[in-house]
Amino acid sequence: MQLGRVVGTVVLNNRNAALEGVTLLLVQPLSSSRQSVGRVIVAADSVGAGPGEEVFFVRGREASFPFHPTEVPVDAGIVGIVDHWHVG
Amino acid sequence: MILARVTGTVVSTQKNRKLEGAKLLLVQPLTLEDTPRGPELLAVDGVGAGVHEKVLIVLEGRAASDAIDRKAAPVDAAIVGIVDVVDLG
Repeated sequence: MQLGRVVGTVVLNNRNAALEGVTLLLVQPLSSSRQSVGRVIVAADSVGAGPGEEVFFVRGREASFPFHPTEVPVDAGIVGIVDHWHVG
Repeated sequence: MILARVTGTVVSTQKNRKLEGAKLLLVQPLTLEDTPRGPELLAVDGVGAGVHEKVLIVLEGRAASDAIDRKAAPVDAAIVGIVDVVDLG
């Protein structure tokens, strides 16, 4: 998983049927010092995150698990909203 | 699997229910020379690791989920051991 900040939303018009009702958010991966690391990704949201919030996201097939039993074709998913983190 | 150093702790109240009670740690992947390599990751802890410890991490969903004894948890990284020694021969 990685830390990230929600920086926007994506709305699909013509989409895969399994993506119906799935919220897609733009996420900027972050370092623990809140620096942007790498490029912005699109992630499926299953925890009710919104723009500006700090979250953590999972990559890979596991990103679809929160939507079980629907098999959603996603490879990144927000699985938690971060209250805070502490380094050291 | 990769070697990493635990650098911090993460607190999240609102999260997937399969992650309830799981300990989330910030880890920095390391080279064999113990220098940082790549971005920090979040890993679930399956062994009771603490900050500053060097650990072994699985970077694959099914293995990570097994490491915390939860079927189909949405995780992609887990700490599966605390490293005593790495011997480069």
